[in-house]
Amino acid sequence: MVKVTLDNVSKYFGKVKAVIDLNLEIKDGEFVSLLGPSGCGKTTTLLMVAGIYKPTKGRILFDDVDVTDLPPKDRNIGMVFQSYALYPHMTVYENIAFPLKLKKVPKQEIDKKVKEIARLLRIDNLLNRKPAQLSGGQQQRVALGRALVKEPDVLLLDEPLSNLDAKLRVLMRAEIKRLQKELKITTIYVTHDQVEALSMSDRIAVMRAGRLQQYADPDTLYNKPANLFVAGFIGNPPMNFIEGEIVSKENDYYFISSSFELKLSKELGETLSSKTTKVILGIRPENIRVYTEKVENSIPATVYVIEPLGRDLIINAKVDDTILKILSTPGLKLEPMQKIYLVFDENKIHFFDKITEKAII
Amino acid sequence: MAKARLSREELRKRRIKALVRTIVKYLVVIIVAIIPLIPIWSMVIWLIVQSFSEKVVLGIMPSGFTTSNWRFLWSPIRMGLKEYPNIWPITLNTLFLALGVTALEVLISSMAGYALSRMQFRGRTTLMEFIIALHAFPSVILLIALFILLNKMGLYGKGYMTLVGIIIIKAGLEIPMASWIIKGFFDAIPWDLEWAALVDGCSRWKAWRTVILPLVLPGIGAISIFAFLSGWSEFLLVFTYVKDEAYFTLPVLLYYMIGEFKFIDWGMLAAIGLFYTIPTLIFFSTSQKLLLRIYVGGIKR
Repeated sequence: MVKVTLDNVSKYFGKVKAVIDLNLEIKDGEFVSLLGPSGCGKTTTLLMVAGIYKPTKGRILFDDVDVTDLPPKDRNIGMVFQSYALYPHMTVYENIAFPLKLKKVPKQEIDKKVKEIARLLRIDNLLNRKPAQLSGGQQQRVALGRALVKEPDVLLLDEPLSNLDAKLRVLMRAEIKRLQKELKITTIYVTHDQVEALSMSDRIAVMRAGRLQQYADPDTLYNKPANLFVAGFIGNPPMNFIEGEIVSKENDYYFISSSFELKLSKELGETLSSKTTKVILGIRPENIRVYTEKVENSIPATVYVIEPLGRDLIINAKVDDTILKILSTPGLKLEPMQKIYLVFDENKIHFFDKITEKAII
Repeated sequence: MAKARLSREELRKRRIKALVRTIVKYLVVIIVAIIPLIPIWSMVIWLIVQSFSEKVVLGIMPSGFTTSNWRFLWSPIRMGLKEYPNIWPITLNTLFLALGVTALEVLISSMAGYALSRMQFRGRTTLMEFIIALHAFPSVILLIALFILLNKMGLYGKGYMTLVGIIIIKAGLEIPMASWIIKGFFDAIPWDLEWAALVDGCSRWKAWRTVILPLVLPGIGAISIFAFLSGWSEFLLVFTYVKDEAYFTLPVLLYYMIGEFKFIDWGMLAAIGLFYTIPTLIFFSTSQKLLLRIYVGGIKR
């Protein structure tokens, strides 16, 4: 169990900058997700921690030991690949035993450990099969077993759930989290699925185009996104964004977009206008309330499309040309083209600077 | 009702029509497939028949039954005044040459193919294009240059060492293409597997040996068959560089049996010809699947 530190790490492939000046600290026993759209450099980062790619710049530390130049075999890591990468010519038993065999562990001990880990992952009845004879979920467990059997200091998981069907994914999510907490292994988990990241991680590092956007626990990430990208990436349905200006009229502050005006509280208006005037307002779908009659400080809109999802109801409302997504309960009876009034929960409104895209408050 | 019966009859007609069409289609395919095989198989059969016949009328018609054409298996080969050594040392020479070429070629091209497939180095693409271009040169035009090289290396006229020299030359000529073929097999192995091996504790060399190599076994099988056959059938180099009959190989022996005298023992020639094709037949019948995979595995996926 170690603490992993990435110190100003960059990786360039020729002219392509895959990772740029990444600083990350993963505490001992922590479960950290690297989250971002494909091509954002998260897998590259993982492969650098594994030692397969060498950083172009910067250092990687395990505890306080500089491992930047160490080959993968000297780092004591376990890794599960997206494709599982099981050795097709070996049986499940041989696959799991392989890392131990390379470590020259005595045969009896290998046998004991392989059987132990197989029991833990409930694959002890499959030990004599070849990977090709296993289902996706079973292969995934074998890959996990192979990564865990040598008791690694760091466990690296590269989108391990993306090849499983939806039901199994939910199941394995909990399973992996339980295992990690039980074994207390420092874990780095790469995913593009925000639900996976939010549900499993202690902390999440959101990346875009090789740069770290925000590194925080799931709660902070959701409620206090650092910038426009994080705000839009986390949450489903995504946050609604409206461009506009902060204007003060007769001692009152207003957010004015091309289609509506919204009166703001005094403190909020003052803090905002002291920083910038051109802003982007962000509001999550669950923080908009819908009224069928006009109420104070509400925004008139028309119902565009209604998407019933059983437990929830997503209302697509049109304010002029912008479509806002609103999360509501199914009790509401609405018709397309019906006139409605929207009220934003002021405490949950986010404001981002239009130019820097950073969160203002 | 009438309408329904009519349509049923119509249906039957159509069904028969479709059946006829299918039969014709298959007939055409079968005929086209068989026609090219007729001359080949008739020749092979003729060879077998002739090797067991006493006399050959006009060099074509076999007559009588004898095993004396196969006498070369247990006694020296006498042709007119000249006597060639027993067939077995010559077979052994051929085997030595073929296996030598195979061993050298597999050893080098399996490593070269890996390097071409997996390693980034300056001039990699140029090198690969160059390999293809190399294949455009027939070995005939290299004969003189190779002779000088052999001579300088002291491998000319040295019995088995000359065969070793030929092994080196032959392997050298074949390795580029074999590397290219096996590169395709390496390309088909995902990087993930190799990375997994590295993470599990392999050095790169060890990963190549324990994880990658077992997975390209079909490719190695395929190139070794090709290498063996090309060594087994090598004529030009042996014919040019080996002058001592004791170190002849089968193709050269066959050539001398036709070429040296006006008197030709057709029966024995047929028998030796058959004897010569035995390993080829064995290889092809046991390894058809591997050979087919060369063309599948050779494609970059």
